[in-house]
Amino acid sequence: MGLLIKGGHLIDPANGIDGRKDLYIDSDGFVAAVGKAPPGFKARKTIDAQGRIVCPGLVDLRARLREPGLEYKATIESEVRAAVAAGITTLCCPPDTQPVIDTPAMAQMIQSRAWRFGLAFIHPLGALTRGLEGKLLADMEALDEAGCVGVTNALAPVTDTLVLRRALEYAASLDLTVFLHAEDPWLRNSGCVHEGEIGARLGLPGIPEAAETVAVARDLALIEQTGCRAHFCNLSSNRAVAMIAEAKQQGLPVSADVTAHHLHLTEHDIGDFNTQCHVRPPLRTLNDRKGLRRALKSGVINAICSDHQPHEPDAKLAPFARSEPGISALETLLPLTLKLVDDKLLTLPEAVALLTHKPAEIIGVDSGRLGVGATADVCIFDPEASWVLTEDRLVSRGHNTPFLGWEFRSRVTHTLVGGKLVFEFDAKGRSR
Amino acid sequence: MRQGLQFDDAGRLRHLLTIEGLSRQTILEILDTAESFLSVGEREIKKIPLLRGKTAVNLFFESSTRTRTTFEIAAKRLSADVINLNVSASSTSKGETLLDTIRNLEAMHTDLFVVRHNESGAAHLIARHVPPHVHIINAGDGRHAHPTQGLLDMFTIRRHKGAFEKLKVAIVGDILHSRVARSQIHALTALGVSELRVVAPKTLLPMAVEKLGVRPYADMEEGLDGVDVVMMLRLQRERMQGALIPSEQEYFNLYGLTPAKLACAAKDAIVMHPGPMNRGLEIDSTVADGPQSVILPQVTYGIAVRMAVMALIMGGSAEPAGGRR
Repeated sequence: MGLLIKGGHLIDPANGIDGRKDLYIDSDGFVAAVGKAPPGFKARKTIDAQGRIVCPGLVDLRARLREPGLEYKATIESEVRAAVAAGITTLCCPPDTQPVIDTPAMAQMIQSRAWRFGLAFIHPLGALTRGLEGKLLADMEALDEAGCVGVTNALAPVTDTLVLRRALEYAASLDLTVFLHAEDPWLRNSGCVHEGEIGARLGLPGIPEAAETVAVARDLALIEQTGCRAHFCNLSSNRAVAMIAEAKQQGLPVSADVTAHHLHLTEHDIGDFNTQCHVRPPLRTLNDRKGLRRALKSGVINAICSDHQPHEPDAKLAPFARSEPGISALETLLPLTLKLVDDKLLTLPEAVALLTHKPAEIIGVDSGRLGVGATADVCIFDPEASWVLTEDRLVSRGHNTPFLGWEFRSRVTHTLVGGKLVFEFDAKGRSR
Repeated sequence: MRQGLQFDDAGRLRHLLTIEGLSRQTILEILDTAESFLSVGEREIKKIPLLRGKTAVNLFFESSTRTRTTFEIAAKRLSADVINLNVSASSTSKGETLLDTIRNLEAMHTDLFVVRHNESGAAHLIARHVPPHVHIINAGDGRHAHPTQGLLDMFTIRRHKGAFEKLKVAIVGDILHSRVARSQIHALTALGVSELRVVAPKTLLPMAVEKLGVRPYADMEEGLDGVDVVMMLRLQRERMQGALIPSEQEYFNLYGLTPAKLACAAKDAIVMHPGPMNRGLEIDSTVADGPQSVILPQVTYGIAVRMAVMALIMGGSAEPAGGRR
């Protein structure tokens, strides 16, 4: 009574697998065997994966589902549907919902909502400080107990260095990972684009590179002092990445991620005030993009995430600085990452690793791998199915993406969560 | 792509949003047309029927006297019906979005919107969302562009100094926050002046300002050395607040245009200012009212230049009014 995924090219970087192998999944939703059928295995259902890539379901370190509080933008239900249609089976959501995830009840509520749909795993990040106000510590142990996989102050970096020091110390004593957005609020000021050529040309207030590097330097000094394990979210500049590289070399317990869009776009893509390219941190220079790509290749950056931020259309129909930052990015996470394989930056297993077991290790969950006994979260994609991103293809409620009209080469055909088929692509569209 | 929004499919200017992307030829065509409109203001009957039956709305989300008035006069001299709306006080305070305001006015069959807004990119946003027969003139958007000011400045320079190729030009003051400076820079670069300088402390210059094709100077006397045109900018008096300058007095000492500093420029250099002036802050009265000043002619030319822009974007040359849609 199991499921057989037959004839596919299995890529499971955590287990060093890269080759044609069948995948056997037992009736409880775990991987029963890889390559050879286990004794007595009977397939209730077989998925023909001939010519397809079979890999662990993707793990996205940062996706805003907008629930609770901003349901006019998106809901947990709408966004987990988009996630599984994009091969993503595990999502991490930041605590900057309304209300903030700073109580166990909030953390549990989000998980139980996600459970009800049974489509993808959602792991919340808890607040580092109460209400994300940067003043009082949140009940981190309770949040940890309630299933939070880390703590963070999200996009409201703690400005008081003493509070940050205490927060890191406290998190360290509970062995929690702190997720940091490195941004100096004074240097960011009212900025909305990289402070450079495009900002100068368009007359848009800029966010200097120093807004990131000053914050990284400060945070690293406190990490060194406190011994706290920290993850830097969404690095955007070459210099910041170099600082992380050095810190890693010194043995500091740090990791880092980058968004898929920062690996493909630069400030120049803003063109004539394209608000779809309004993101935070801002798109920076070509040199920064090169630096991020290099760091990805060298392992200084540990994961690629979507930083999914779905918006209602009006959020982007405003003058640039007044438009809301963020991209609806779940559905371009895999295609944009695979473009890096086409660009010869990464091998296919390297690309898959950056979306699976590597991010899973950062949040300390055992997703992102398909060894025997692992939960059968699986993504199957056709590596040779050209398609163009159009608005009507998007499953997410947010249609705010600068990638409309881009041509991609790979398309997700099946997604399994816990051995259950939760998404299957058919010619007409999609079905569960 | 950059040129796309301002031009129609036939490549004709449809909106004027920014000078960036306009060719030297287009700019000169506008200046030549303005030249032909200049005499209209001197006639006894100051009107020509070019835009008769057209409705122009001056939509100002930010207050202005000079710019709004010259646009109004320009449209009236072309026989258009003009409505002035100061929106800052009405709709936006009631929560209506910018595009809603535009759609409502569009429903009243407006042909031309002259828009001023305090956010960079507002005119582009509007231009992207109006139907093909509606035209937009950007009358200033945030720090981004003020193209008709840039054009009237070019008109002034050409009238007083002749060909652009030999000229050295210095723009002095708060470049960082100035839409006028950006439009001047794009125009002067397109027209190929021999040297373009900006003079300001680093706090009032955009980072990467050289990428715009200008040479920055912190020292005003060096910056003005031998230039043919001195273009002053207005300094907002509240700039001390952001720790951008220490005091009005120190600013005037370093960057105020005094007769002594003007003496560094070429003997026959002209002095320009987009107004309104802060006498004693960025410019000394003896210079503002002196023989080298062309500040008042700038205002007069502004009407002719705005007439030229309206005429060109709303139907090319002298076609009968109401003929095109």
